[in-house]
Amino acid sequence: MNWSWDVVSDFMPLFWDGVLVTLQALALGTLIAFSLGLVWAIAQRSRFAFVRWPVSAITEFIRNTPLLVQLFFLYFVVPEWGPSMSALTTGIVGLGLHYSTYTAEVYRSGIGGVPVGQWEAATALSLPRVRTWTAVILPQAIRRVVPALGNYVIAMLKDSPMIAVIGALEMLGEARSFSNATFTSEAYTIVGIAFLVIAYPASLLIRALERRLALTS
Amino acid sequence: MTNDTSRANGAELVRFDKVTKRFGEVTVLDELDFSVATNKHVTLIGPSGSGKTTILRLLMTLLKPDEGTITVDGELLTHEQKNGKLVRAGERHTREVRKKIGMVFQQFNLFPNMKVQRNVMEAPVHVLGLDKDEAAQRAKDLIELVGLTEHLDKYPSQLSGGQQQRVAIARALAMRPQVLLLDEVTSALDPELVAGVLDVLSDIAHSTDITMICVTHEMSFARDISDRVLMFDKGKIVESGSPEKIFSDPEHDRTREFLSTVL
Repeated sequence: MNWSWDVVSDFMPLFWDGVLVTLQALALGTLIAFSLGLVWAIAQRSRFAFVRWPVSAITEFIRNTPLLVQLFFLYFVVPEWGPSMSALTTGIVGLGLHYSTYTAEVYRSGIGGVPVGQWEAATALSLPRVRTWTAVILPQAIRRVVPALGNYVIAMLKDSPMIAVIGALEMLGEARSFSNATFTSEAYTIVGIAFLVIAYPASLLIRALERRLALTS
Repeated sequence: MTNDTSRANGAELVRFDKVTKRFGEVTVLDELDFSVATNKHVTLIGPSGSGKTTILRLLMTLLKPDEGTITVDGELLTHEQKNGKLVRAGERHTREVRKKIGMVFQQFNLFPNMKVQRNVMEAPVHVLGLDKDEAAQRAKDLIELVGLTEHLDKYPSQLSGGQQQRVAIARALAMRPQVLLLDEVTSALDPELVAGVLDVLSDIAHSTDITMICVTHEMSFARDISDRVLMFDKGKIVESGSPEKIFSDPEHDRTREFLSTVL
């Protein structure tokens, strides 16, 4: 195998562009997944069936279709009758939406794990519903599920190359286009290492967080 | 049905009218009529499954009755008037009437994510609309009343069960309820912690004019604080009377039988 540092240094500017896209997609995708997932989870506990039903249908649908299909759909089909977004924005929305259906399940189990006595105490004190959620239930529920949420961030990182198919060139997308154009392969190695460099410390962080939460609860 | 809204001593504060509660096939309360006068302390005794706790949970609106009505301080708790018709109480109505009631649970149910003082302040600030300083002062006074001033800044998990239960008492009192419901408040405690909690409650019973409805297996406590003791069996009141009467000279075999198992 030939390894050329010249190729590597040629790739570097593109690589950093790709890193930026990956990190943007990851950060904003996580933001969407975490907040939208919470909305799904709370909506699924609504008193009203007309809220619960559509939310269950949407999340089941999204969870049971491939991310790749969803990305194509968002990028090519949605603009025909709705807003058209840049490739990167579409990628972020797609990742966030897809993973929100998984984080919803995580939140749901966290919320379900809060003892029923907590709801009863909130009722006995007549705490308003919103306050019950924000001050009593969610702080306890989220604490339980931080490690599980963290795992989905890493899963999302590993799925992030999919957004390249609609033209949002993240690390792997940049590597692919560079390598195809130059008939080289070094870029793939660099990107592989880059994924590890991002993901491994992240999973260590999650494990540390998990230990810490276990100790203090 | 009398709807006397005055709160003079002796007026009816809590009233159950033909209340029936079923869980599936099992009828836990069967057309129960029962009332508690203002300032009185009533203890419910009876074998487990006799419906005592269900009464407290119905009053706290944690359960809804299948039939019958519950009135608190002259206002219907379970129902409200809408367009001249009596309908099931909505959320807003329930909330208003419920503010007159406080409850202490067997399992304490403190909010583990809040420190002691915030546990006690939370509802006064967010339900009664007290400003923070006022609520903080009220919390401090109540935490002092239950003897836990040095634990203001701790989390519930740092306290013993008995201490947690005392915080829960302070938390319920912070809402200044007219009725305090005590649901087997010492059952989850180690034996050596029971006395501390009962002492606090006994102080409150003797030094305030709060109405209490109490479910307990601590018969000496029941004797100490109660004006009236109700013996329950199979969803019905078997016998009711002063603690002296019930504990020393019960009329019903069922009561005698029950007391012989717990005394």
